[in-house]
Amino acid sequence: MGGLVYYSSASGNTARFVARLGLAAGRIPVSPCDPLPEAATPYVLICPTYADGTGRGAVPKQVIRFLNDPARRAGLRGVIAAGNRNFGATYALAGRVISDKCNVPVLYRFELAGTDLDISRVQAGLEKFWGTECLTMA
Amino acid sequence: MKDHAPRTPLRAINWNRLEDEKDLEVWNRLTVNFWLPEKVPLSNDVQSWATLRPEERELTIRVFTGLTLLDTIQNTLGAPAMMPDAITPHEEAVLSNIAFMEAVHARSYSSIFSTLCLTPEVDAAFRWAEENPHLQQKARLVLEEYKAGSDPLKRKIASVFLESFLFYSGFYLPMYWSSRAKLTNTADLIRLIIRDEAVHGYYIGYKYQRGLERLGEAERAALKDFAFSLIFDLYDVEAKYTAELYDGIGLTEDVKAFLHYNANKALQNLGYEALFPPQACEVNPAILAALSPDSENHDFFSGSGSSYVIGKAVATEDEDWDF
Repeated sequence: MGGLVYYSSASGNTARFVARLGLAAGRIPVSPCDPLPEAATPYVLICPTYADGTGRGAVPKQVIRFLNDPARRAGLRGVIAAGNRNFGATYALAGRVISDKCNVPVLYRFELAGTDLDISRVQAGLEKFWGTECLTMA
Repeated sequence: MKDHAPRTPLRAINWNRLEDEKDLEVWNRLTVNFWLPEKVPLSNDVQSWATLRPEERELTIRVFTGLTLLDTIQNTLGAPAMMPDAITPHEEAVLSNIAFMEAVHARSYSSIFSTLCLTPEVDAAFRWAEENPHLQQKARLVLEEYKAGSDPLKRKIASVFLESFLFYSGFYLPMYWSSRAKLTNTADLIRLIIRDEAVHGYYIGYKYQRGLERLGEAERAALKDFAFSLIFDLYDVEAKYTAELYDGIGLTEDVKAFLHYNANKALQNLGYEALFPPQACEVNPAILAALSPDSENHDFFSGSGSSYVIGKAVATEDEDWDF
């Protein structure tokens, strides 16, 4: 199975989701002064959305900083995006932006800290996804 | 003599010295999202309004009057009551923005009324709101925590429940009409309100969690008990309020699934786990689609195809991305 990297702001919704997944994951720090995690290759990124009404600012600056490194970007296989449907058309927009920029699929979307159903779907989905990845790499 | 008494200096707010980055982040989000009802072409709904049956019109006006009451409370009492509890001066400033936007929301419903409805219908609905025991009861349960002398963190719990839970028995209806291609401009306005309330619930819930960090285990457990007990009480009233409004058009059970789903999200804003099980939260997909239109529903894990999910043109700040 590949790795997992995530960003969570001080509100901790994504961090709570990742903790319940029960999978090892590297955290992109909130502060630009802290070192970025080493990304295992390949990996999936879990990223929350912070867009304004027009969609600007969807991807947190620290995630952009992380992805701006070609070596890290090369290992990215897919993105799981968090958000809130109450933001309408910009729901989980960070997933689409990263998908467009990095040419990887949006694997899943969930709201806030996710539900139990989201957790089991992502666990099963990641297992299957990495299974397929291994086949295509062989 | 008065002039010689020692004084603590009055302090001006300095936005370039932040104690909590979240304050500036939320301030920026709220100010960028600022809107007024005049920007929504509500008059385009006049013809659609005429297609509603009289009882559907009465229901819609009542629902909007109930929402107006909650916005009024949050504008004049809720947000101002939290200002003295603020840990940072910037938090106070954000709360002043929240208070004002609640006034804009309350004012918006009157714009809808003046565009679509007759004065006697609206006056009757405002009387109904004053006399409806369930509406009055839910407002009172929240106000109980807003009054002076109550625990600042309990006040935040009540406020998150108002912002992230109590509005939704009302928000359901314009989403329902919109899913049937009715009152679509009104739905656009309601979506702007929903977007604001989402930021409010998120921010107040975040400040609640920061407040909890300063407390011991026992106090934290007591507050969690209080939160779950309050949401139970509010849910009880909401279920009755919902039945009274929606039984007539047969939508009560559909609305209740939406209430369960939103109660869980309100608890998540406070950092807590879900109360209602997934099977109780299966919201009508048409309502979810109305909440976030143009936000594609397909993804890789749900097995809806292996195609990439690539949306329409999205605004990105290219200067931040080097490649």
